[in-house]
Parts: sequence; C-alpha cells; structure tokens
Amino acid sequence: MAECHPVGFQWVMEAKARGAKVFHVDPRFTRTSAMADRYLPIRAGSDIVLLGALINHVLDNGLDFRAYVLAYTNAATIVSEDFRDTEDLDGLFSGWDPDTATYAPRSWAYAATGEQPPAEHAEGGRRHAEAAGPETYGAGGAAAHPSPRTDPTLTHPRCVYQILKRHFARYTPELVERLCGIPGAAFAELAEAVTANSGRERTTAWVYSVGWTQHTVGAQYIRTAAILQLLLGNVGRPGGGIMALRGHASIQGSTDIPTLFNILPGYLAMPHAHRHEDLEHYLEREGGETGFWGNRRSYLVSLLKAWWGEAATEDNDYCFGHLPRLTGDHGHYTTVMGQIDGTVKGYFVIGENPAVGSSGGRAQRLGLANLDWLVVRDLTLVETATFWRDGPELETGEMRTEDIGTEVFFLPAASHVEKEGTFTNTQRLLQWREKALDPPGDCRSDLWFYYHLGRLVRRRLSDDEIDRPPRELTWDYPVHGAHREPSAEAVLREINGVGPDGRALSSSTQLRPDGSTACGCWIYCGVYADEVNQAARRRPRGEQDVVAPEWGWAWPANRRILYNRASADPEGRPWSERKAYVWWDAERGEWTGHDVPDCEIGKPPDYLPPEGARAQDALAGTDPFIMQSDGKGWLYAPSGLADGPMPAHYEPHESPVANLLYGQRANPARRTYDRPESPYNRPGPLFPYVLTTYRLTEHHTAGGMSRPLAYLAELQPELFCEMDPRLAARLGLGNGDWATIVTSRTVLEARVLVTGRMRPLRVEGRVIHQIGLPYHWGWGGGGLVTGDVVNDLTPLVLDPNVYIQEGKAMTCDVRPGRRPRGRAMLDLLETYRHG
Amino acid sequence: MRTEGAVVPEAGFRSYYGRPVIKPPVWHEPHMPTYLYLGGMSGVSSSMAVMARLTGNPRLARSARLAAAVGASAGAALLAAELGRPERFLNMLRVFKPTSPMSVGSWILAAQSGLSAAAASADLAELLPAAKDMALLATAGDAALLATGLTGPLTATYTAVLIADTAVPAWHEAYRELPFLFAGSAMAAAGAVAMLATPRAQAGPARAVAALGAALETAAGTVMERRLGMVGRPYREGRAGRLMGTARLLTAGGGLLAAVAGRSRVLTALSGLALTAGSLCTRFGVLEAGRASAADPAYTIVPQRERLDAAP
Amino acid sequence: MAERMGFFTDTSVCIGCKACEVACKEWNQLPDDGFVFEATSYDNTGMLGASTWRHVAFIEQSRPVQVPSDPEAEDSVDRWLMSSDVCKHCTHAACLDVCPTGALFRTEFGTVVVQSDICNGCGYCVPACPYGVIDRREGDGRAWKCTMCYDRQLGGLEPACAKACPTDSIQFGPLDELRERAEERVARLRADGHEEARLYGESPSDGVGGAGAFFLLLDEPEVYGLPPDPVATTRDLPAMWRWAGAAALSVAGAVALAFLNGGPGLKSGTSLNGGTFLTGGAGPKGRAFLKSRAFLKGRALLKGRALLKGGTR
Ligand SMILES: Nc1nc2c(c(=O)[nH]1)N[C@H]1C(S)=C(S)[C@@H](COP(=O)(O)OP(=O)(O)OC[C@H]3O[C@@H](n4cnc5c(=O)[nH]c(N)nc54)[C@H](O)[C@@H]3O)O[C@H]1N2
Ligand SMILES: Nc1nc2c(c(=O)[nH]1)N[C@H]1C(S)=C(S)[C@@H](COP(=O)(O)OP(=O)(O)OC[C@H]3O[C@@H](n4cnc5c(=O)[nH]c(N)nc54)[C@H](O)[C@@H]3O)O[C@H]1N2
Ligand code: SF4
Ligand code: SF4
Ligand code: SF4
Ligand code: SF4
Ligand code: SF4
Ligand SMILES: [Mo]
Repeated sequence: MAECHPVGFQWVMEAKARGAKVFHVDPRFTRTSAMADRYLPIRAGSDIVLLGALINHVLDNGLDFRAYVLAYTNAATIVSEDFRDTEDLDGLFSGWDPDTATYAPRSWAYAATGEQPPAEHAEGGRRHAEAAGPETYGAGGAAAHPSPRTDPTLTHPRCVYQILKRHFARYTPELVERLCGIPGAAFAELAEAVTANSGRERTTAWVYSVGWTQHTVGAQYIRTAAILQLLLGNVGRPGGGIMALRGHASIQGSTDIPTLFNILPGYLAMPHAHRHEDLEHYLEREGGETGFWGNRRSYLVSLLKAWWGEAATEDNDYCFGHLPRLTGDHGHYTTVMGQIDGTVKGYFVIGENPAVGSSGGRAQRLGLANLDWLVVRDLTLVETATFWRDGPELETGEMRTEDIGTEVFFLPAASHVEKEGTFTNTQRLLQWREKALDPPGDCRSDLWFYYHLGRLVRRRLSDDEIDRPPRELTWDYPVHGAHREPSAEAVLREINGVGPDGRALSSSTQLRPDGSTACGCWIYCGVYADEVNQAARRRPRGEQDVVAPEWGWAWPANRRILYNRASADPEGRPWSERKAYVWWDAERGEWTGHDVPDCEIGKPPDYLPPEGARAQDALAGTDPFIMQSDGKGWLYAPSGLADGPMPAHYEPHESPVANLLYGQRANPARRTYDRPESPYNRPGPLFPYVLTTYRLTEHHTAGGMSRPLAYLAELQPELFCEMDPRLAARLGLGNGDWATIVTSRTVLEARVLVTGRMRPLRVEGRVIHQIGLPYHWGWGGGGLVTGDVVNDLTPLVLDPNVYIQEGKAMTCDVRPGRRPRGRAMLDLLETYRHG
Repeated sequence: MRTEGAVVPEAGFRSYYGRPVIKPPVWHEPHMPTYLYLGGMSGVSSSMAVMARLTGNPRLARSARLAAAVGASAGAALLAAELGRPERFLNMLRVFKPTSPMSVGSWILAAQSGLSAAAASADLAELLPAAKDMALLATAGDAALLATGLTGPLTATYTAVLIADTAVPAWHEAYRELPFLFAGSAMAAAGAVAMLATPRAQAGPARAVAALGAALETAAGTVMERRLGMVGRPYREGRAGRLMGTARLLTAGGGLLAAVAGRSRVLTALSGLALTAGSLCTRFGVLEAGRASAADPAYTIVPQRERLDAAP
Repeated sequence: MAERMGFFTDTSVCIGCKACEVACKEWNQLPDDGFVFEATSYDNTGMLGASTWRHVAFIEQSRPVQVPSDPEAEDSVDRWLMSSDVCKHCTHAACLDVCPTGALFRTEFGTVVVQSDICNGCGYCVPACPYGVIDRREGDGRAWKCTMCYDRQLGGLEPACAKACPTDSIQFGPLDELRERAEERVARLRADGHEEARLYGESPSDGVGGAGAFFLLLDEPEVYGLPPDPVATTRDLPAMWRWAGAAALSVAGAVALAFLNGGPGLKSGTSLNGGTFLTGGAGPKGRAFLKSRAFLKGRALLKGRALLKGGTR
C-alpha cells in the first residue's frame, strides 16, 4: 500500500500513530513492510490457506462475534442436502461438469422451503460463467431465497456455520507453515491480534489490492477475507471492512459506469442474446425480487430513458431491444484470441497499453498485427501504437513490418489535468476536477472524441431498422470553446438523472419503473441533487467531522460506509460507545448518526416484512445487507460464483508444489487458453522458481505515463529483478549483474537486485526461491528508459469469475547473464518448451 | 550480506554504500594546481624583486619583477578560466568578505597582479629609449614593487587557507602545515625561475631562496604527514601519493642542486627544472590528496566518530 | 528578520515514496540526474547534488534469520530505513561563509540561499559544506542547492517537498516549535521501545551551530550518508590566517636573509659552498651559511611552529 497508494497510506500511518497494529503479508519485504509492526513473508498464491486458517482459528475457538453473526449473516441458514464439499470430493464441489469444465450451482442452494425458483434462474452455469456473470454482482449479490430455513442454535449439521467449520477444519497453522512458509509463531501472533481487535469495542480492517486479485482464485481470496470479517463483525462498522485499493485514478468509476463488456451502468447485467429476449425476461432472471435489487426495473428503465429519451416507451420495452447483447465471453483475452484467429477485425484501445500491460505480451502483439484497423488514443505514442515498426518480434524475425496489414490510427489524448470531470476513487468518492490547462496541439479529451465520433457516425446513418439504436440515442450535449468540447457537467447531470419535471433527482429511491424518470446510473443518483454538482464540494476536513460528508460525494446517497446498519446491534443501539456510527433514534422514529444510514431511514429495527413483500419491504429491520435478497452477509454463497460457494485453496496454474489439501491441484474452473502463441510451463524441475510481478512507486503500470518523465524515469531507470542472496550466490550473480529470466512464453533480461527483502521460504520440505519483477518497462513508448516487457513472461490463465489474469504467481527459470538476441533467443526458448 | 556497504575496510566504520559524505572539490586540472603554483611563484618573486632592488641586483630584480607579473596575471587568467561562469569573474570583487579566504585572496591577487604588472611595466619601460628620462615612471614602478613586498608573501600563502577552509579532511586537518608547505614550494618555484632567468653571476640569492624553500617544503611536508595520521593517508597513497613522492624527490634534489650549483650552467638548469617540476607536483598532489580524502567517506566519518566517541 | 523557519524530517515515518524528490524537481524545474541503475536498494539518485535537492536514502539492514525448519540460517532483511535528506540551512553555514561573491546569503527566514544571478561558479562552497550538499552543475557552471523554497515562503506557501510528503515525514515550521515537537516524538519512540531513535542536527551547540533542517534517525548518521560530527571549518579561520601569516612572514624573512646574508660573496659569483661542498665538508662559505642568521632564523622558525601550535590549541 505504501508502494502503490502512498497518499492513502498516510491514514495507515495515522492509525499507527494512534496505536493500531499493522501486519503486512507479501512475498516481498516492501516499503509497506518497512512501516508495518509485523511483516509475514508468504509464498505467492497461498493466501487462502492463511485466511482459511484464521477462519478455522475463529470457528474452532468460538471467537466469532456471535450476536452479529446470528443477526446479520447467513450462518444459521440450512443448505440443501445435495451440497457436497471439496472435503468430500477431493477438491471439487458438487455440480462439477467435467465436459464443460463448469459448475452447475443448483446443489449449493439453501435448503428448499417449499416454492423454488425455476431451475434456469439459478445463477451460474456455463453461459453465465462465460459472460463473466459473477462480476455483475459488484453492488450486491445473486438472488437467493429471501427467508430460508434457519437454525439459530447453529448446530444443524447443514447450517452454514457447521459447513464452514468442517470446510476449514484442515486449514491449520501447520498447513500455513507448510504451504505459505509462515512460521507457527508468526501465525499465532496474527491470529491473536486479529481476534483480540474485533468485537463490540474494536474492529479490524483488511486492505488488499492486486496481490490478492491477480490469481486464478482471485475472487475467492476476497471471499475468504469477507467470511473472516463477517465472523468477526467487522463489516459495516467504522474501522472495519475489506478495502479494495483500486488502480487507475478512476478505475472505480470505470466499473460503476463500466468499460467492462458484461455490465451496464450501476452493475446491471448486460443482456445476453440467448438468455434475455425482452425486458421481462431479463428482469425475471437478473437479480432477486427482494432487497434493493428488487427495484431493478426502475433502475434499468430509467437508464434506457436516459439513453433513448423520447424514443423509449412502454410499448417498445423502453428500447431494451436497442441494447447490444452478449453471446459469450467478450473479455480482453478472448478478444485477443479472436484477433489472432481473425474473427476480430478492428480494435479501439483507449487509455491502455496492452502490448506491455496485458498478460502474454506476445499474444497481444500477434493479435494487433492481425487486425484490419486499430485506433489508439493515448497521451504518448505507446508501444501498442508502434509495435508494427519497433516491436520485439521484429528483432526475432517473427514479424516483418511489411507483412503487417493493420492500419493504425493514433489520436493524441488530453490528460486528466487538461479536461474537467470526475474521478471516482477507491472509497466510491466522486471528486470533480477543473481543467487546469488547455490540451496541447491536437490532443482532445475522451469525452470530446466519443461525442464527436458519435455525431459523425449518426450523420452517416440510414433510415434502416439496423441503424435505429444509434439514430434514436439522445446525443445533444451543450458544447463550448473553439474545439466544441462537450460539457462534462451536463453528462454528470444526465448520469444523476431527472424526474418528470425535468429537475435533477436527489436519490435513487425516486426512480420509477414507468419511464417517468431518466437516470444514467442509478447508484450515482444524487450527485447532482438540488441542481448542484455535489462532487465539486471541497469543505476542508478541519471544518467538518471525521466522516467529512461535504468533501466530494460518495455513491450511493453520499454514504461513506456501506451497510452501516451493521454498526448498530439488532435493536438499533451502537455495539459500543467507542464504535457508535449510526443508530435508531426511537423518539424521532428514524435512523441517525455520523453517516447517512444505509437503510430506510424510517424503518424501525423491529420491522418484520409481511408475507409477499417485495424489494426493500421484504427486508427486516435487522437486515443490514440491503442489496442481498435476504439482507444477510453471506458466509456461504449459495449462488453467483463460478468456482464454488466457499473458497478452497488451489495452487496457481503454474506452481512448483503439489496441492497438499486436494487431489484437485489448481482451480478446476479457471479459464485457460492453451495455445501455441502462449504455452504454459510444464511442471517439473525446468522451472524451479516462483515468479511474481508488481509495481514500483516510481512508475505507473505499463509505463506510458512514467517512462517519458525524466523525474520518474531517473528514480527507477532499468528493469530489475529482486532475488534473495542465497539464490544469487547459487547462480553466481552479484548485485547489479544481468540475469535472464525464462518461462515458456519468452526469455527476458533484467538487472539483479540482490536483497534480503526477498526471503526464501521452506515450503513442503524444500526451499522455494521467489523472484520479483516490476512490470513497468517496454521498448519504446516515448520512454527515456527502456527494458524488456515482463508481461511477455506471464501465462494466459484467468480467474473464472472476473476474468483477471494470474499475474502474481507463476514459475520460471533464471540464468546468469544477458539474454540471447534474435533467432538465438527463440532457440533458447525452444529448449524450454520442448527440451 | 550487509547491503549497507562498507567499501573501505575500516574497523567498525559504516557508511552509505561507501559513498562520499562530502563533495570533492570541483576545481579542474590543470587550472587550479597550476594557479596555485603560479601564485606562489609570483608572490615570492615579488619578495625577491624587492630585495634585489634594495640590495642592488638589477638583473635579478628585473627577472623577478617579470616573473612576478607574468605569474600573477597568468594565474588570474587560469582562475577566471576555472570559474564555472568566467564572464562573472568580476563578481569576485563585488564584495570584500573576511570570512571567505577566496574573497580575501581575490583582493590579494588583484593587488598582487596589478602591482606586479605596474612594477614590471615600469621596469620594461626603461628599456624603451623614450622612457629614459621618465624618472616619475621609475619611481612609481619602485613604489608598486615595494608594495608587492607585502602582497607577494600573502599571495604565496593565502592559498593554503583557501583550501584548508573546507570540509576536505586532508586539507582542513593540515591547516597548520599547509601554509609552510605552500610557502616553501613557492620559494623553491620562484627561486628556480629566477635562477634560470638571471645570469648566473647575479643569481646567488635566487639559489639561496630556492634551497631554503626546498628545505622548508620538505620539513613542512614531513611534519604534516606525521601529524595527520590516518587523514594524511591520501598524501601517501594512490595518484596523490605518487605526485607527493615525486614532488618530495624533485624538491629535495633540486634544493640540494641549488645549494651546490654555483655558476654551473648544467646544475642550475637541472636544479631550476627540478624545483619547478617539484613545486608543480606538490600543487597537483595536494589537490589530488584533497579530492581522494573527500571521495572516501572513511576520512570524513572515522575521525568524526572518534571525536564523538572520545567526547564525554 | 522573520521567525526562523526549518524542517524536521522524521525518518521513522518516511515511506520512501520520493514524492519530495519529485516535487522539488517539479517546483524548481531542475534537470534530471541521468538514468543509471545503481543497485543500491531503491536509490538510483545517490546523493544530494546540483540537480537533486531532496534525496531519499534507502538502507537495507539484514540479520540472520532462521527459515522455518531449514537448518541453514538465512540473512534476511530486518529493517529498511528510508530517509529524505536536504540542505541543513546551517546556523553557521560554511558555504555561505566562504562564498566570495555574496551569492549565498541568509534570508529573512533564517535560511541559506544561492542567488543564481550572482554566483560566478567559483565552486568554493562545494567542498566547504560539511554535509556535501551544494554542488556545481556541469554545463551550467553555477552552484545549486535547496532554497527551502524561498519563493514559496515569500508567497506564504510551505515548501514543495513538505507539501508533497504524504506521511508528514517532512515537517516545516518555525524552528523552535519543530525542536519541541521533535523532542516529544523522540521521547515517545523511545518509550515505545525504539531506543535507537535519536535527533540529529537539532542542537545549537553542534559544529554548525544547529541545523535549520534536522532529523530524527533510527541509526548512526553515517549509515544515512550523513557526517557524524560536522563542523563549519570557518570556525578555525582566525587560526588558519595566523598560520598563513606566520608562513608569509617566513617567506619575507627567508628571502630577505637570502639576500642580506649572501652579500658580497654571492655578488662576486662564488657559490654558496665555496666549491667544496660536494667533495666533503662544507667549505668556508658553506660553513658560514650554516652558521648564518638566515639558517638559524629558519631553524628557529621551524621550531617555533611547535610553540605556535601549542599556543593556538
Ligand atoms: N506508484 C504506482 N501506484 C499505482 C500503480 C502503479 O503502477 N504505480 N498502479 C495502480 C493500479 S492500476 C493498481 S491495480 C494498484 C495495484 O496496487 P498493488 O496491488 O499494491 O500493486 P502490486 O505491486 O502489483 O502488488 C501488490 C503486492 O502484491 C504482492 N503479491 C504478489 N503475489 C501475492 C500473493 O499471492 N499474496 C500476497 N499477499 N501478496 C502478493 C506483490 O509482492 C506486491 O508487493 O496500484 C495503483 N497504484
Ligand atoms: N505482470 C503484470 N501485469 C499487469 C499487472 C501486474 O500487476 N503484473 N497489473 C495489471 C493492472 S492492475 C492494470 S490496471 C494494467 C494496466 O495496464 P494498461 O492499462 O495497459 O497500462 P497503462 O500504462 O496504465 O495504460 C494507460 C494509458 O492511458 C494513457 N492515458 C492516461 N490518461 C489518459 C486519458 O485521459 N485518455 C486517454 N485516452 N489515455 C490516457 C496513459 O498514457 C497510458 O499509456 O496492467 C495489468 N498488468
Ligand atoms: S498518484 Fe494520485 S492516486 Fe496515486 S497515490 Fe498519488 S495522489 Fe493518490
Ligand atoms: S548544509 Fe551545506 S550547503 Fe546547506 S547551509 Fe549548511 S553548509 Fe551550506
Ligand atoms: S560557486 Fe557561487 S555560490 Fe558557491 S561560493 Fe562560488 S560564487 Fe558563491
Ligand atoms: S524546500 Fe524547496 S528547494 Fe528545498 S528541497 Fe524542498 S522543495 Fe526542494
Ligand atoms: S515524501 Fe515524505 S514519505 Fe515520501 S520519501 Fe519524501 S520524506 Fe519520505
Ligand atoms: Mo490496476
């Protein structure tokens, strides 16, 4: 966190100064470790074992926050008798279909209570998984029965609590030592600190970023932390939570108003060509009827009204038919395979540098080279725009410029200081930024580009039916200045939404299913309340309380802590004075506190839903997790995940050790692309080391924004690899020497930084050396410094839920000296692929 | 492996990757050492010119006057060239700062070069037929010359303060001996030039100055190195050590030769050249020793650490 | 003069993000320092210089650690010290003292600043600084260093580096206040078991009269590349001039004696040793020289140095 979120890390330092104890779990000793009270070195890819052992520690010793767990989680819920655990099936859950390599999740469901949803509505399944369906639950959960059978004594053998207990029973401190390389004493200290610092008076927070996500079990890493936090009562309370530290400045914004293929704004699922024929169909299948998702018709219809305006009427399903449809996986890596196979002909690359930043760099470039046309919009001439004239494949002879038919259009983009708009940060905080200066030359904002591109495209449309969707779009933003820049505030206001009177709405609860309201993203509704740009508020922290509600605007409803109903006990009283956050004021008959309460403000704690209630009305006054159909925090996920209702430890796709727990070595549901462009390392002694990749404070991602800047480039001028002294000695490498790193994808060279910060770990009886590589270098991109592309080394293998690549744990070999060039490099590679 | 590097094998001595603590002097070669040589030579030449004039040795007086003038102005030119911004040379005379040996020195050098130039030109002017009767000119020249009797020795020695008033351990710690080392070196240099430039019959005092200078330099150098202890090592090691050793040989040899040269043309020439080379070597050596002592953190850290540890 | 302003750099909370280094370069529009991989932990700029006015040091300290169930003890990192160095704005600033042009001056904030339009690049300040801070920039020819953002201070802003520091490792303010705050911080750290915490440069009685930018360190200063006991050498300047004066007098005296004593004999062209020196024993003239006042004076002078030396101690 100190490395990649140094500005945010100031709050960790402040917490530390106030007595918080900081643990850091990472394969490398980093700047964060240097500030932590305790550093726990871990083998990359083994965190589920560590977190699972903490869960086991809590359950085994009865350390859970029982009142919280009983009231707010699904611990008491009884699960279907068809369910079988990985403990029973040697690493597989019930429902595994080896032919399609996917799970049918029916057996994971809650025990039947009579009426059951139709089978095809159960989330999961191949099509669902293919379209990255699980990722559509960004703001909530999949549907589950709102009032399932429960056992409040938590003794029923099929209640979630007992299932969890059995599931994690083998996740012991000994296993942590054997698989993660973390000694028992260190684990004990962590377990003691985490449990002692949870409960009524105290809370513990977990902070993670891509060290947890970029794995074939990435989503399940986070699930494991969520289970632990729910058991300890650390969700929805101040000082608790699981903080995802996100990446690019507005990457949160770009999932809320997504650049992802599988969701619409506000985490509404993208319609599927075969699953959702019309609006009714769609609404029936995507999400539950209870909880706030029960309002999804209002959200979707308002979105359609924002997009198609007058043209969207009740008679035509509000233009639902205009929405594009998924036919399967249209994710980044599948798209690249389509390029290589010739099925994808054109490509827009906006603010991304996949030739360097994406896994399997060679495959990326092979794809780019097989396109008809490519549009790159970037601040600098990044490698993605120049691969055809200076890419590494030219040196090896795998490509020749004259053979590449791709027509490349490079369009210079305005940077964040050269345009106005909002950033949504990791805390869901929208912060408005003014333009500081005009973009130079032909550089234009992305808003300008899309608006005018849309305008020009619409000019060329025919009256034909096929052109109707773009023709009927509302596409009329006010423009200003010599370049006719569209007004970003007008866009923000459209996102906020307007009511029948044309005035800006102030809350998503005002959205209607009848087409009378329009709203570009329901979770952002309120950012323009009272016709005021709430994101532009800048009241200094010294002039308001610690929650600082008047700095920017947080979705939803300017709420700073989600699910904060859980900060009060079931009766609505704070769990403790120390941790008071929101509470029920019986006199005034409403919820109050330091933050905007995350529940209906007038719903008393003793409210019980009447039979047949819908949406939020179906949630009791004690249900804090209002986006879930049952209002509960899910210790066990009866649906919605592609790889199981509970996390299980699987080895990374490429791992030097066997899975001690199960016969199933790696995540069975992981997405693989076993192709000649990007083969996998064969298991065995050829690739004896663990390789992990990461960032440096001094650079940014694929380097397009840091390598051209002298002040940053001079701070980390060359690609280097970090390795421990013992391995360096064995390889005859000294500090500052050159090393060659090999996977079956490619061979690259890096300078050597010999450092005790890389600690070899004894795992399963043998010493495992880990190599660390920062991935910021490339051959060009206007960079003042250049270096080999680390992503050329990484495998194309993905988490099955969200399709993130496993960039954090793989195997490799290391050789002393620089790498061979040209043909000789390919020859060396061949010896690793086939030798 | 202790990554926190200790490059110099000094017991218990720690540093930051063996990097220097202080900045080495940025002055360039050959400018700065040559200037030191020329300044010294000019300064003592002035003293000799004054004495030669007073004792009635016109040939020696003339060559010393000329040497003083040439040395001072060539030195000033080198100094200007050494500056990062030569066009700003005059900024030196913007202020007079007693805390800055370079400021004080600049004024001394300005006086020395002006006066010695005046003295030399007056002397040369006498050679011109038209100037035969210009008594005033001669008087002015003599007055200037007399004044250089003051500025000359200062020019020859202030440079020791100049370099000693720095954080460079091999210089600062030697601030007592350096002025004598430079004084001796300057006498040897000036004596040598005068020996070579004056008919041998009139050059006796020059030989005496040269021999005395050589003796003084040798003695001062010996005392300095003995007293400096560990900080004196840069004077004995590496390039500086070789330069200082060579200087020692040349100066001692040249001094002895000066003492015995008499009217021998060969011995005079040998002695003069040896002393000149010796003086130059001393200046290059001292500069290099300073650089070496600045570049190696041991010379900064070890004495300071000892000082701290010794303090109550 | 306004209140004396300074920096307290608390290295115990420095996360090594180098925001200070970059902010300084950005604000002051400094050139880069070259692109060289130094293999010295995460530090590739090395030390303060003409173009790096804030420099973050990285020190990896290892100790033997037993890998679990592995018989071989492993040297593993124990702590990673990071520290942002800067010009100390000394109370007795050697750089300022020795600057011959007055380019270096003391501002109304008690800081030490170079006026780049007056600096003539003489380079004297460079070796004078006991911390190795100020340096002459190649190509440009002038000396440069931290100004404690004199321009920003004049505009009522805090220095760029302090502004950018996310963890308040760099604290800017009135020096007196900072000293108090630092005392409290070091006391607190010590109470928490960090016996190694110490202040560096805060004492007005040190060799530079107290630094305007002082530090809280977790190890000996030399580990961070700082001198353990820096001294502004101008402190010894009067003594230095006395010694130089004595040397100048010796020159004058020795030269005078060379002339006066040599006298007529030399005038007549006789060599000093009367021609016999080389063949054994000093000749009459030579003997005369060895007994001469010049020689004796010289010897006395050389001996006298020892006396003088005692006197100035
Ligand atoms: N300076 C800087 N800041 C950035 C960025 C940048 O490039 N430069 N990028 C931004 C972006 S896009 C993102 S996504 C974020 C990412 O922020 P981070 O996730 O913090 O970034 P990384 O350095 O990629 O990975 C974090 C750590 O995960 C560790 N790690 C690897 N494998 C494992 C594992 O299996 N378990 C555990 N526990 N740790 C593991 C690595 O050693 C590394 O130290 O940073 C953002 N901030
Ligand atoms: N091995 C390995 N690979 C990784 C990771 C890892 O940890 N290890 N991390 C992954 C992660 S988390 C990420 S986010 C990716 C990042 O990978 P990429 O997104 O491919 O890389 P960036 O360099 O961030 O590319 C962003 C580009 O946007 C440009 N840009 C900036 N502002 C604007 C703008 O306003 N408009 C436009 N049009 N362009 C702009 C920048 O110049 C830059 O070139 O890398 C991934 N790859
Ligand atoms: S670069 Fe921006 S987003 Fe990243 S830490 Fe710095 S201020 Fe925060
Ligand atoms: S640290 Fe050096 S440059 Fe800074 S004021 Fe002191 S002597 Fe001058
Ligand atoms: S280099 Fe400039 S600032 Fe330094 S002493 Fe010389 S004139 Fe003064
Ligand atoms: S005070 Fe200003 S000039 Fe000095 S280091 Fe900080 S930013 Fe640079
Ligand atoms: S900005 Fe602050 S935390 Fe970052 S390196 Fe500089 S002093 Fe350390
Ligand atoms: Mo990211």
